[in-house]
Amino acid sequence: MLSLIKLAAVFFKVGLFTFGGGGAMMPLLQEEFVRKRRFLTDEELLDMYSIGQCTPGIIAINVATFIGYRQRGTAGAIVSTVGMVLPSLLVIMLIATVFERYMHERYVAYAFAGVRVGATVLIADVILNLWRKNIGNLQEVLVFAGALVLAVGFKVGAAWIVLAAALTALISGELKKSKK
Amino acid sequence: MIYALLFYEFCKIGLLAVGGGLVTVPFLFDLSENYGWFTTRELVDMIAISESTPGPIGVNMATFVGFNTAGVGGALAAVIGLVLPSVVTIIGVAKLMNRYQCNMRVQTMLKGVRPAVVALMIAAGMSIAELALTDMLCGLVFAFLLAAVRMWRHSPIFYLAVAAVIGVALKL
Repeated sequence: MLSLIKLAAVFFKVGLFTFGGGGAMMPLLQEEFVRKRRFLTDEELLDMYSIGQCTPGIIAINVATFIGYRQRGTAGAIVSTVGMVLPSLLVIMLIATVFERYMHERYVAYAFAGVRVGATVLIADVILNLWRKNIGNLQEVLVFAGALVLAVGFKVGAAWIVLAAALTALISGELKKSKK
Repeated sequence: MIYALLFYEFCKIGLLAVGGGLVTVPFLFDLSENYGWFTTRELVDMIAISESTPGPIGVNMATFVGFNTAGVGGALAAVIGLVLPSVVTIIGVAKLMNRYQCNMRVQTMLKGVRPAVVALMIAAGMSIAELALTDMLCGLVFAFLLAAVRMWRHSPIFYLAVAAVIGVALKL
């Protein structure tokens, strides 16, 4: 078992070297907890990811909390999460402070115009992946179409749309069960 | 009370943004519309910076929005709000389950939410495209980069760096 301070330090390191989403964190966690320290098996880590995927919140934080809890209970969960978010807080606040000053330099502005196109590309890529994985049968197409009409046509907030989709899924799931 | 408001709004995002990093984007759009804390253009810059700096994207964006809105206290309020639902749920799950499995009902709901998330991402993507793709040249660069991303998997930073170089080279 790791001490609380060591636990925070390990997750600080993981946070510092994770670029992107929770998936990018996986190899780092394997290195720290499976190979180096043998606190977890690969299967256990995968289980944590699947739980992290089906509980509210960002996967990266869910998995960090999970591992921390297994190591040191509630205190461990909190300490791991704090360690994980600390690099984000420090780096982003630093960047946000200097960002405004350089934003108006001509070449920085050109670079950022390019980067904005790049960000649009990344979002399009995420959409294509999500589409392939999550939209197949008729019910999914209908939920998708309904959500799109509400979001684009009626400017309904994202929170309401997510809640409505969850409710729809719950009701149709129960109906299917009772038919069987 | 700006801190309480940031905390509350990001708590909501932490609870409802199912999945990884970029799915928080539609919620951030709502924030910019409802409160005017930042413009769409600033949001797109924040997304790009969050993708290419250390730390999970969701946490980076929460920090950015919180800090720009209300300084260090704002960043803390937003990040604590974002992670609180995770921490509480996971501790609960870890306590209650000996065998780690997802509850069937919860699983059905989360699976059912995904098609709606795709729609939300498209809505957000359209606003971002409107802002980023200002002329034909930008449109061409977009098409070229998207084809490249789909064919050769590299890290997001790699493509953002390429996009920055193209931006300077073509004076976008």
